[in-house]
Amino acid sequence: MAKVIDGLFYSESHEYVKVEGEFAYVGITDYAQEQLGNIVYVDMPSEGDEVTAGEEFGAVESVKAAGDLVSPVSGEIVEVNEALEDNSELVNQDAFANWIIKVKLSDPSELDNLMDAEAYRKAIQ
Amino acid sequence: MNQTLYSPLIFELSHPGRKGYSLPENKWKVAHATEELPETLRRQGGLDTLPEADELTVARHYTNMSGNNFGIDTGFYPLGSCTMKYNPKINEELAALPGFTELHPDADDADVQGALELYDTLQSALAEIGGMSRFTLNPYAGAHGELTGLMVISSYHRHRGDAKRTKIIVPDSAHGTNPASAAVCGFQVVQVSSTPEGTVDVEALKPLLGDDIAGMMMTNPNTLGIFETRIPEIAKLVHDCGGLMYYDGANLNPMLGVCRPGDMGFDVMHINLHKTFSTPHGGGGPGSGPVGVRSGLEAFLPGPVVEKDPATGLYRRTSKPDSLGSVSSNLGNFGILVRALAWILAMGRENLPLAAKISVLNANYVKENLRDYYALPIEGICKHEFVFDGMRAEYGGSHSDASHITTLEVAKRLLDYGFHAPTIYFPLLFHESMMIEPTESESKETLDKFIDVLKKIALEARETPHLLRTAPQSTPVRRLDDVKAVKDARFTYTPEVN
Repeated sequence: MAKVIDGLFYSESHEYVKVEGEFAYVGITDYAQEQLGNIVYVDMPSEGDEVTAGEEFGAVESVKAAGDLVSPVSGEIVEVNEALEDNSELVNQDAFANWIIKVKLSDPSELDNLMDAEAYRKAIQ
Repeated sequence: MNQTLYSPLIFELSHPGRKGYSLPENKWKVAHATEELPETLRRQGGLDTLPEADELTVARHYTNMSGNNFGIDTGFYPLGSCTMKYNPKINEELAALPGFTELHPDADDADVQGALELYDTLQSALAEIGGMSRFTLNPYAGAHGELTGLMVISSYHRHRGDAKRTKIIVPDSAHGTNPASAAVCGFQVVQVSSTPEGTVDVEALKPLLGDDIAGMMMTNPNTLGIFETRIPEIAKLVHDCGGLMYYDGANLNPMLGVCRPGDMGFDVMHINLHKTFSTPHGGGGPGSGPVGVRSGLEAFLPGPVVEKDPATGLYRRTSKPDSLGSVSSNLGNFGILVRALAWILAMGRENLPLAAKISVLNANYVKENLRDYYALPIEGICKHEFVFDGMRAEYGGSHSDASHITTLEVAKRLLDYGFHAPTIYFPLLFHESMMIEPTESESKETLDKFIDVLKKIALEARETPHLLRTAPQSTPVRRLDDVKAVKDARFTYTPEVN
């Protein structure tokens, strides 16, 4: 069974948001990496780019499929996880430890539109 | 034994100084690249690594290697959405006529009247089959046809002075090429979801429509093999908001001669000659992706166009002022056009619908015989293809069990029984998609063997699952490391350093 961590926010398109103060770490869930299979490439935006909730900010490609990354929150990207550029398999090893972008939240109320861990567990059953 | 002797890479069979030719002594001035060519045009090293071998070794190496290839002439190839039908040999005979093979693309129109007539005959045959006004045969492949068709849509809106239309609607069951072609053409892609029955959700479509919609791309029957019955309603909605309807012809086979995209309200379409019209496909290409348009859009088609001069009765190549430009060199993959027309004429108007109907019959026959073993997510009659969502739980296909038998393992095991694998993990609507398209070409005996083997694999999955986990056993190479193939791709030969 895919791992779901309490205290995080989850989107219908299988991204998670981990909030720390005014910042949020965004990545794909364990369920998403499991479904995708071996990930061979993560197409990431650049530091300083703006993301908008509900809009794509990159893509993830596996041996099975390619999918858009959809941002669950809006704000400025303050950091991208550069380790994924050469080692995309890190997402398969631990999707929650290997976030993709760090966003400075411009509208924290958007988090209310996301699922909590319990709701997400039900969604992927 | 020959396989082993001659199966190393041609580089590994190389011996310095070996060659398969002898040239007479050169009596002329020897030209050296170093003197004749600027630095930027010269190969920088690497010549010494070109293989050197005698002719017989080369012949055996490649002849043995060709035996490792799998094609429609060697076995059943049920690759969903690819329409791997038989490529009749008469097509090849006709395409090999010197009058076609020795054509020069820049020959004067007066000297190639036969070739131009063939082009025009095929374009009007496709126009009749598609219910369109005119076709260009110039695009080289399906996705190239999609791009060309979208450029027609873009030209149409621009010509009307409407610059607001920046979006293309694509169903979530679409071929991946649809959103890709739209993006390459500069459009923003908007996805519309499917109903549980697998067809476009008309209620979900309505809120997406507006004056920013350039058009909508659809495949019918869709990638689940399901006929989109609400097309007239969808076409009306899209037309009412000012958009055009694009028909992806990848799945035209079951409609051939039975119904026409033009009659359903589509404005622009492409056809894959290498699928529906029996020209080689899958390593045997090249492809061809003709694009058809309804009346009123002909002026935007790419050039050159072939038309008959009413005064002289002669064919000529011209370009039109509103044309979107050229998308290919000259008239596309001409040899493929010869094959496609040969097939249409051999079949005749009366037999094209028969091909369509038998492709539907074959798909339903395979589906109904296997549904007790493999999970069928969409009920009802399919068209030319269908999708299983992996193996049924009682044979080990349960998705909730992490160690379940996967579609990949079934596909690999099929290779051991001499069948090509179906399309797997597409469409993305299901986790374990296995998409099977038998085409009209296959005999009942072949279909029965295929059904028996897939049943046998289901029993193996329950009783001896290691046979699936370790498959394939009988192929020249075993399970490939597809992650390494992507991440550590090597395209040039480098000798092993010990």
